[in-house]
Amino acid sequence: MAASDHLGPRALEAQAVLAQLPNTPGIPKPDPILVADSVVRRFGGLAAVEVDHVEVQRGSITALIGPNGAGKTTFFNLLTGFDTPDSGDWTFNGRKLAGVPPYKVARLGMVRTFQLTKALSRLSVLDNMRLGATNQRGERIWTSWLPFTWRSQEAAVTERARMLLERFSMLPKEADFAGSLSGGQRKLLEMARALMVDPELIMLDEPMAGVNPALTQSLLQHIKGMREEGATVLFVEHDMDMVHDISDWVIVMAQGRIIAEGPPGAVMKDTAVIDAYLGAHHDRALTESGESLTAGAGDGQ
Amino acid sequence: MDFGFVLEQSITQMIGVTAIIYCLAAMGVNMQFGYTGLLNFGQVAFVAVGAYSVGVIVVTAGLSLWLAIPVSIIASVILALILGIPTLRLRADYLAIVTIAASEIVRQLVRSIALRDVLGGANGINGKMGQAFHDLNPFPADFKMPFLNYTRQDLWVVIVGWTLVGLITLLVWLLVRSPWGRVIKGIREDENAVVSLGKNTYVYKMQALILGGLMGTLGGVIWAVAKQSVQPDNFVPDVTFFAYTIVLLGGAARVFGPIVGSIIFWFLLVFVGEFLNQAIQAGWVNFLEPTDIGPIRFILVGLGLMLLMIFRPQGIFGDKKELALDGR
Repeated sequence: MAASDHLGPRALEAQAVLAQLPNTPGIPKPDPILVADSVVRRFGGLAAVEVDHVEVQRGSITALIGPNGAGKTTFFNLLTGFDTPDSGDWTFNGRKLAGVPPYKVARLGMVRTFQLTKALSRLSVLDNMRLGATNQRGERIWTSWLPFTWRSQEAAVTERARMLLERFSMLPKEADFAGSLSGGQRKLLEMARALMVDPELIMLDEPMAGVNPALTQSLLQHIKGMREEGATVLFVEHDMDMVHDISDWVIVMAQGRIIAEGPPGAVMKDTAVIDAYLGAHHDRALTESGESLTAGAGDGQ
Repeated sequence: MDFGFVLEQSITQMIGVTAIIYCLAAMGVNMQFGYTGLLNFGQVAFVAVGAYSVGVIVVTAGLSLWLAIPVSIIASVILALILGIPTLRLRADYLAIVTIAASEIVRQLVRSIALRDVLGGANGINGKMGQAFHDLNPFPADFKMPFLNYTRQDLWVVIVGWTLVGLITLLVWLLVRSPWGRVIKGIREDENAVVSLGKNTYVYKMQALILGGLMGTLGGVIWAVAKQSVQPDNFVPDVTFFAYTIVLLGGAARVFGPIVGSIIFWFLLVFVGEFLNQAIQAGWVNFLEPTDIGPIRFILVGLGLMLLMIFRPQGIFGDKKELALDGR
């Protein structure tokens, strides 16, 4: 296993760099891989996402947290091209991504997973993995029916798929239909499949949701492993404890805006965050509605 | 009651010209729906394009049949593009609505009075449009089949038709086991997942639509060549639904599914019809008139298919375990 409970050199480096930054929302990072400016997405009159400025440091594990309905997944969809914002600009590795279709975003090295796991049920686990490899000659219709044109590349793709399955302890399942896997195994498969694309930035939408505690630990190790191999990880989560464990930097969203960011320890003490996120539970009656809960977040800002 | 005749008729039809036409249409549906998950409910429009290309080029324009075949292919690709460009960005059920409407538009267009000089209106196009093909028939003029009721012409069409089916089956087999086939099956399972892995799914869906449409168009060409007559009301949506029935009968996303499905479908349909016919003539069944046979055989075949869907929903070749995974 690439990662252990001890912090690897890249983790230490990322945390050392980030520790010097002030904890202001929208603070510029020394080496950003992803920069978003004034990204706005409205559904009717409601602004689901209204992000003025945010940057993600290269080589870090950055968590995007916030209460339900904060706009985290919508922001993810916008950044990866699966949804179109009303306005805004964002760049990946300095390249403007507004208007770029989602498949091109993935090819550029920014690959996402989904909150509701999308294992391709009636494909084998190995085929799910092989689908992730880019630039396959056999995927072009003109040469696909001539196996000799793609056989050697297919062998290389398969070998890489098996190595990744091995790393995610999924190799014994390679011949099974992905639809026969458990929820946690599907999360693992989706993560491993995303790595087949060779991403520079991997964006995980609630990788730990619905996964049992034992598997969660192994998922966390895999996420750390990705960072140690040079990838940047941005993930959505709403469980603060989980975030505290693995992230180098935390960005907090509420009501579509970035309300705080900083190292996990500092963010958890931030009053705006506590108001938006944790506050409502312990000192309010349970009968109060969710609206008043998020309204508190706005006041906190 | 001549049971031998019933059986002979059934076997003649189950591998006959009509079975070949429906097999080709069903192979197209299998490519679009079975492998890619595209609900093309307008497959009959592609069949009509094939048949009318032959009719228009050979009879109306007086040109060669060998020109009609490439023209039919080009027309089929154009139809697929017209259908696909606006609808393939939509969700699957919208494609179904648009394609069924498009197939009816094609039928109304070919029977329209305004285009009667070219397309023949409601009477369609009649004439020796398949002559160039039949001239190549290697069987002697006085040829008689020892068994099965094929005319010399039908036998020639059947032999060439099944050869064509065999070649296309080989192509489909090569395609679906390639990485290209993996991508389209992935699209069937979850398009967004495939997009997130960097594939331009729109292009793949278009390729599958064109390819499946071309198979239907070849069925239409065989239709025109074998029957030497094309009429607009041959191309009703029922043809599409029979093609879907054949795919489900054989097993969706199975290479040999449409072949076996088509053979069984036509065997059952003809067998039930001929059997009832004989039974009425022999006086076994006295509450039916010979004119009732048409609807009754469809009722009985429909019943049989319902039982199949209940007890073997995966079709002949399907894998029940695989079908159970559908709930994702």
